[in-house]
Amino acid sequence: MVSGLINENPTVYERKERRVRTDSTNSDEFSVEPIDQLEIFDILFFDFAFINIHHIRDIRDPEHPYSLEQLKVLTEDSVEVDDLKSYVRVTFTPTVEHCSMATIIGLSIRVKLMRSLPPRYKIDIRVAPGSHATEAALNKQLNDKERVAAALENPNLVEMVDECLSPSFE
Amino acid sequence: MDLMEKNLELIEVQKLEGHTDRVWNAAWNPVSPILASCSGDNSVRIWEQSSLSRSWSCKTVLEETHTRTVRSCSWSPSGKLLATASFDGTTAIWEDLGDEFECISTLEGHENEVKSVSWNASGSYLATCSRDKSVWIWEVLGGNEYDCASVLNGHTQDVKMVLWHPTLDVLFSCSYDNTIKVWWSEDDDGDYQCVQTLDESTNGHSSTVWAISFNAAGDKMVTCSDDLTLKIWGADISMMHSGEGYAPWTHLCTLSGYHDRTIFSTHWSSDDIIASGAGDDAIGLFVDSKQHDPVNGPSYNLLLKKEKAHEMDINSVQWSPSKESRLLASASDDGMVKIWQLETTP
Repeated sequence: MVSGLINENPTVYERKERRVRTDSTNSDEFSVEPIDQLEIFDILFFDFAFINIHHIRDIRDPEHPYSLEQLKVLTEDSVEVDDLKSYVRVTFTPTVEHCSMATIIGLSIRVKLMRSLPPRYKIDIRVAPGSHATEAALNKQLNDKERVAAALENPNLVEMVDECLSPSFE
Repeated sequence: MDLMEKNLELIEVQKLEGHTDRVWNAAWNPVSPILASCSGDNSVRIWEQSSLSRSWSCKTVLEETHTRTVRSCSWSPSGKLLATASFDGTTAIWEDLGDEFECISTLEGHENEVKSVSWNASGSYLATCSRDKSVWIWEVLGGNEYDCASVLNGHTQDVKMVLWHPTLDVLFSCSYDNTIKVWWSEDDDGDYQCVQTLDESTNGHSSTVWAISFNAAGDKMVTCSDDLTLKIWGADISMMHSGEGYAPWTHLCTLSGYHDRTIFSTHWSSDDIIASGAGDDAIGLFVDSKQHDPVNGPSYNLLLKKEKAHEMDINSVQWSPSKESRLLASASDDGMVKIWQLETTP
């Protein structure tokens, strides 16, 4: 285990203001809203006022208390979603090219989405092209369902993932 | 009997509920109307068909043995024993005592998750594989004793499945390293070596290979992968049966464009229908086109694709060995096992 932080001085960006959805033309309380890019973005970034959707604030970089948005690990362009096809792809940029924490970040993003989206959703997670030394290997591991399942049975890893997602349970 | 000419449908016969987490694998007993399923809920369920009502119900639950996900299960050729492979690093052997199952042995040795277990045709050997990159061969001795006969290294990554050839003592394994390896003991002295590796350079897969299945004759095999294709391979096994040495496997055909998510499972029925189960929630059925092309070799056609067979990824498809009807079992992330019948619609 490395004793010092891998990325001691991360660049921190401004946090975006929470956006309020204005398209409330649909007043039928039983209608199902299609999930779009904005919603996934909010799942990953913000709290929501709606009672039946429990979205969390931020996912934290395991090394720093700042959110993934503040570190530009995730941006608005990070999310591609097609609700009709029940498909979402999140592209993230690890803070450092050799960041060994990239696996934990990727796993945390997946767990967060798994807990927030309907089970019909197919989730792909990848690192931004050119952002990591072992990009292909990392992407393969993050998207191998069996490896993810086994990893999530490891209490140490689950604890680290829950740490990353913990701001949400305040 | 030309299946392509008929209107065929895959009809859902029954939905087996009970598992409380994803179901990874389903295995039909070779001699009785019994189905085993194993799950992320750490248990194995034994389903039995009633001879009166013909419906399936859960006869028993094998729990409190594996401490983590049970990833795959396999019946011995006699149908009396069930081997279960688990993420807890062990492989358990269960004996069917009639009204209950007893765990008669636990095979330990792998360094981490065991992914698959397979019995050879005579039931004298077991093989297991693991994320530790190795394949182990176990000898079945009398008195519930199992001895590690061989530890086979060669794969450079997580080994997803092992399968013995249906008639010869040749072992096949497939891996996260994108290859399929063939293991054989030339002198029949138990000294198994890797005699062939099917990789990208030999028309092999370009991503993780998840499963292998043989046709009844054992001269063809199908493999499926994260690269979204199924590949058909062939070998002149009559050469091996007559002791003329190892007959290498060659690529015959690639089936692509039928699934748009990882294909996790494939199974070749005794009457030559290949089933596939994938992350797109669909089951595909394929048959030989019977077009005798001397240049391009055999080709396969899609017989039918059952979309939304489950609500989530399909992890396993298995044809029933029963000659009476074309039954197919499927297991899914949605926690269900489903039994299907392939029927001609009037």
